[in-house]
Amino acid sequence: MPTVLILGAGSDMAVAIAREFARNKYDIQLAARNVASLSALEQDLRIRYQVSASSHAFDATDFTSHAAFYRSLSQAPDITITVFGYLGSQEKGQSDWTEAARILHTNYTGAVSILNIVADEYAARGNGTIVGISSVAGERGRQSNYLYGSAKAGFTAYLSGLRNRLFLKGAHVLSVQPGFVYTRMTENLKLPAPLTAQPQDVARDVYRAVIAKKNVIYTKWFWRYIMLIIKSIPEGIFKKLKL
Amino acid sequence: MEKRLANWGNYPAISCDESTFSQEEQVQDFISTHSSVIARGNGRCYGDASLAQHSVSTLKYDKVLAFDTTKGIFECQSGITLDQILDIIVPQGWFLPVTPGTKFITVGGAVASDVHGKNHHVDGSFSGHIIDMDIITGNKETITCSANNHSDLFWATCGGMGLTGIITRVKFGLKKISTAYIRQKQIKARNLEDLIRLFEEYKDYTYSMAWIDCLKKGDAFGRGILIVGEHATPEELNEQQRKAPLQLAPKRKLSVPFNLPSFVLNTLTVKAFNWLYYLKNTKREINGVIPYEPFFYPLDAILHWNRGYGKAGFVQYQFVLPLEKKEGLVAILQKISDAGLGSFLAVLKVFGKQDSLISFPMEGYTLALDFPVRKGLFEFLDKLDAIVLQYGGRLYLSKDARMKQEVFWQSYPNAQKFADIIKTYNGAKLFRSVQSDRLLLTE
Repeated sequence: MPTVLILGAGSDMAVAIAREFARNKYDIQLAARNVASLSALEQDLRIRYQVSASSHAFDATDFTSHAAFYRSLSQAPDITITVFGYLGSQEKGQSDWTEAARILHTNYTGAVSILNIVADEYAARGNGTIVGISSVAGERGRQSNYLYGSAKAGFTAYLSGLRNRLFLKGAHVLSVQPGFVYTRMTENLKLPAPLTAQPQDVARDVYRAVIAKKNVIYTKWFWRYIMLIIKSIPEGIFKKLKL
Repeated sequence: MEKRLANWGNYPAISCDESTFSQEEQVQDFISTHSSVIARGNGRCYGDASLAQHSVSTLKYDKVLAFDTTKGIFECQSGITLDQILDIIVPQGWFLPVTPGTKFITVGGAVASDVHGKNHHVDGSFSGHIIDMDIITGNKETITCSANNHSDLFWATCGGMGLTGIITRVKFGLKKISTAYIRQKQIKARNLEDLIRLFEEYKDYTYSMAWIDCLKKGDAFGRGILIVGEHATPEELNEQQRKAPLQLAPKRKLSVPFNLPSFVLNTLTVKAFNWLYYLKNTKREINGVIPYEPFFYPLDAILHWNRGYGKAGFVQYQFVLPLEKKEGLVAILQKISDAGLGSFLAVLKVFGKQDSLISFPMEGYTLALDFPVRKGLFEFLDKLDAIVLQYGGRLYLSKDARMKQEVFWQSYPNAQKFADIIKTYNGAKLFRSVQSDRLLLTE
């Protein structure tokens, strides 16, 4: 059975993605900083879907550990999905470098560090799929979350370049641009219900896009058009908006 | 985040905030930073039992922890719903020991309501099948309890409406099945007398309940259809079903997309019942082998059927009367029929014996029906409460949205004992709901 590695497996979105792939008979490797927190999900996947599941310690911001982490996996994954992210506090991050650095390193540097390693291996073996969960927040910086947004913008650009590089090597890269999603990360935000996806919706979209070898998806799908409009607002007007 | 929440009856609706958790530390953090909270599952209790200023949703705490397919023992976190459990256990030849009329409830909710099913007279309520469970109590400690270990906490939690703490893990026994089908028998009853006699005659069946027509007067007063069933054996299946006896074909679900004017549902149920009663059942008795889903969960096939009662919502009134107080049942049905405020159909069931602290079931007759919320309804229900009290009965807390506190205290014989155990484990009134405040259990 093919294997999926899920990086940042503790989040609501990761749980939904793990279940979606397990339902479709993929073995699952779960990776998160707090490995003990994964044991319930690991059991859950085994019992619900009768697949193999394992848990691994992985810290996105501990860059030097990434190579050893990837080597330690008993089975090199066919699909690697980066789900980890840190919304953080924009306001705090504006004046507190520790917070700003955490936002940048979790969402961008950490993702680059681990995916460089995975990409080399996929390029060498000539197959494999990398899925990066980025964000529509990376498509245009807004005053309310431009630290998070700029890190995701970097990540989106990275994924596009990586896709370009791996194409000729036979490996595939899928960029996922979620809009609003109901998760613990967004629990305290007031989100407009018609625009907001459930983690299961995102998971289903990701699975289908992997199977269909899509390059870039938005989830929910209409976020592509919302972002098109937002990106087309002239900067002179945009800078005056309260967004 | 502040939002509008209501349970299944859409009454009452309150402004409150709801948090989620997927790890135990997260819920510990939550209760450490809030002065009051109530656990909330899938919101399928009807009234205000899981409503509070601050609620914590268990729906993301939904992992399966163990499933012994040889012994039939299932262990899970409290937020998993019964429909997910059925998807896992039925193909392996196991079934829920007890299930209510909807599978869209969480295991935590099943414990907190100590749910009963069509097999109550044989298998008792859900609490009788629990091996052990974990509860985060008022001092933020997680306690493992069972009928023999911290038994006071155990019994006050079964049917305790979340007032002893947050149920986090439940381990319970399953029932062995050899097919996913039910051998069903439907028998027409001319009137209430006839129906009660039929319950007695068919009491050896594992599953039984009846639909009863609340509006019929005279000789046909209380006419109805008794439905009994057993898990089918492979030999009882037809050729098609026998190919995969433990698998059911996936079915499409209907949905009520928005609130309907409240007369629509009643008109529909009248038609449906009459169709069953007159056309399908021209014979007094019909037999069949059907998938377990329509047998146990007929209304689950219509998502959001509660919207059929309109925006004002409805209350479901469910009471139980002792077995020897049959005349009370007649008196109440008469009142309901005369007032014409209720739904056309009611569900009647005979409970078996039950020893518990605060659970709803006791040996006797239980009747449940819906009342759309409208002017004069609550005064009328207060009158029904008085009759229920007079005959030594009580109301189901999971359905309740309006009973007066004195009715609760007079009708539940262990109310004081229950309140004392709540004081032991929830002394600071950390766990409280709109209902518990109304019933003066946490005021």
